[in-house]
Amino acid sequence: MSPASGPAGPASGPAGPAGAAVSPGSAGAGVSPRHHILSVLVENKAGVLTRVASLFSRRGYNIYSLAVAPTDDERYSRITVVVDVASAPLEQVVKQLHKLINVLKISELEPALATERELLLATVRADSSRRSQVIELVDVLGGRIVDVGHDALTVMLAGEPDALDDFEALVAAYGVLEMQRTGRVALPRLERQAQRGSPSRKAS
Amino acid sequence: MRLTGAQALIRSLEAQGVDVMFGLPGGAILPVYDPIIDSTIRHILVRHEQGAGHMAEGYAQVTGRPGVAIVTSGPAATNIVTPLCDAYMDSVPFVCITGQVATGSIGTDAFQECDTTGITMSVTKHNWLVPDAADIPRIVAEAFHVATTGRPGPVLIDLPKDVSNSMMEWYWPTPAEVEAGLPGYRPTTRGHPRQIAAAARMIAEAERPVIYAGGGILRAEAWAELAALVEATGIPVATTLMARGAFPDSHPACLGMPGMHGNYTAVTALQRADLLIALGTRFDDRVTGNVAGFAPNARVIHADIDPAELGKVRRPDIPIVGDARAVISELVKALVEIEPGAGAAAAPSRDLRAWWGQIRDWQARFPLTYDRPPSDGPLKPQYVIETLRDNTPDDTIVVSGVGQHQMWASQYWRFDYPRTWVNSGGLGTMGFAVPAAIGAKVGQPGRMVWAIDGDGCFQMTAQELVTASSERIPVKVAILNNAYLGMVRQWQEMFYDERYSEVYLSPDLPDYVRWAEAMGCIGLRVEHADEVGPAIDKANEIDDRPVVIDFRTDSSEKVYPMVPAGRSNDEIVVDPSQGEGGR
Repeated sequence: MSPASGPAGPASGPAGPAGAAVSPGSAGAGVSPRHHILSVLVENKAGVLTRVASLFSRRGYNIYSLAVAPTDDERYSRITVVVDVASAPLEQVVKQLHKLINVLKISELEPALATERELLLATVRADSSRRSQVIELVDVLGGRIVDVGHDALTVMLAGEPDALDDFEALVAAYGVLEMQRTGRVALPRLERQAQRGSPSRKAS
Repeated sequence: MRLTGAQALIRSLEAQGVDVMFGLPGGAILPVYDPIIDSTIRHILVRHEQGAGHMAEGYAQVTGRPGVAIVTSGPAATNIVTPLCDAYMDSVPFVCITGQVATGSIGTDAFQECDTTGITMSVTKHNWLVPDAADIPRIVAEAFHVATTGRPGPVLIDLPKDVSNSMMEWYWPTPAEVEAGLPGYRPTTRGHPRQIAAAARMIAEAERPVIYAGGGILRAEAWAELAALVEATGIPVATTLMARGAFPDSHPACLGMPGMHGNYTAVTALQRADLLIALGTRFDDRVTGNVAGFAPNARVIHADIDPAELGKVRRPDIPIVGDARAVISELVKALVEIEPGAGAAAAPSRDLRAWWGQIRDWQARFPLTYDRPPSDGPLKPQYVIETLRDNTPDDTIVVSGVGQHQMWASQYWRFDYPRTWVNSGGLGTMGFAVPAAIGAKVGQPGRMVWAIDGDGCFQMTAQELVTASSERIPVKVAILNNAYLGMVRQWQEMFYDERYSEVYLSPDLPDYVRWAEAMGCIGLRVEHADEVGPAIDKANEIDDRPVVIDFRTDSSEKVYPMVPAGRSNDEIVVDPSQGEGGR
């Protein structure tokens, strides 16, 4: 954990309504080889997120991050879940997920073959003497200032999870008062899709 | 046609072909109990909701049709969680309907409110909270579809009281509409032809194959296909605790039960096999012992309807997802293609003679055995079971609780017919026997049903004999009363230096005969071996009420063979009279 991380949200477990997300407050060195991204297409019905999330704890797997929102077809939602698990047990968790009646499709997205994005909000200490430095840094890193106070700025960065890790480390030097990351969302990368003939490895 | 939600529920159950349901009314389910008066469905009023659940399971296990239980909200729902979990572990089709407080009161901690769908999520295949009366027929049809297809299991419908009371326009969904409502539910039933062909080749090459048959054979009604596979190949069959009766014990190729208390030959044949043909089974820890040491030299063909079972415990060389009946039938065809003569030849047909020689040698050296004392000595529980077995019809349904008596019943009964053995295998639910036997008798009223129970188990659910008496369900209960929580006592004797901690129950408290009589049953007591047969004969003649026999059995008797927990099956401990075993 970065020393700069403020009061983080819950590290795992079901969030509230669709659209909510949970993520560790700070990703640190990014996703380790044990992490796998599952893109789970589910029916957009009450309680489905609970079924998915509780299956992970019931079977003894840890959710690293989780994001959920309805798809373009509002009958379905997509849950993007990063699981902290080795490959062999991953197969078991995918099979168990498939047994949930509300789960339609599960794709394992290999990080190298997926486009991943995450959003970060951070309130950074920035009194008048250092404000311009913070603004300049955020600008260089492609972030935006979304709120301005007397002694602090709230900044935003949307991007690849690794870029958010870097951003987090750099702004930490100024003192981070609060921070929240959304957890990652991901889709298969397009140019690879043409080569492979399949958008993703269908894990089943 | 306009109906209330309650009427729609009962009409949906009728449309689904339900002939009986087990239940107990209460506040939130009250609206549903009114149309029950006018329904063709028989309702059996239980004395505790757990009983309703186990009765539904017993009914389902002997008929193959889903059992139905209906109870109210809150404590009733929590009381039926155990049967749901039991049915989930043993893949029993079971539809449970619970009342719920009115929609507007959900989340307010209303009287008898609990989060039933939340609590039962992990012990059901799926559950539904009914949002609107118009959804009732669709949800009932979906629930029965999910409970009975794929890997069967329990489902739950939680019905708020205001939904029961509101009006809807009656309809009944077509099968296609039911499927369309469940876009994420498409169980694979047919095994992949390439995998089946590969399995057939592997079987043809094997020198020491064993069929490891599980409860999936019974759930898939695949017993005839299994028999055909054995006839075609002459391969020995081990039937797990959940599969007793799936292949006849009297057949020369039947090895009987493997596992922690399996017989020496079944356990050791799996250990020494070069090929396991695992059909509808899940490599339970009570079968495998220490997984790393289980069947160390065997390749594995594993066929199961549930893809998650393939590779969960042991990675198969050939995984086959599919219904046991369809897969075995295709497998036999594929084998006949490889060896055209195999199907016609008598078992053992192929060059398994050396393997069979080894198996026959184990069977001769290490049969199931126990110390048979003189007739005035202590009464042995195994003797009671053997006598019961020999003095009841061959198709008698045997229902057990959990513990020593369960293991002895599985070991010493001769199961020659499918669906004659009902027990709680996965969850190990003490108290299962009495209510499950009642459900079994309701499902098969023409068959004799004997519960073989322990004294500890009996005390957990005995009050359901009041249900049996008042509903004229003549089940028979043999209590193997050893005055102890016998299996725990056995572990304390063997692994805790005979330090007996909280396992003594007393043989006379309660007085089982007087208790049985108080519940409207005939109560009998047997203390000596020469009384066993006459008491059973007397019980068999009674067909208008339940009978309970209190058999006072030897407290010191232990279940052998035994593989100590966590050990390899190679470390099987046989009856002391047989020495050190075959190692």
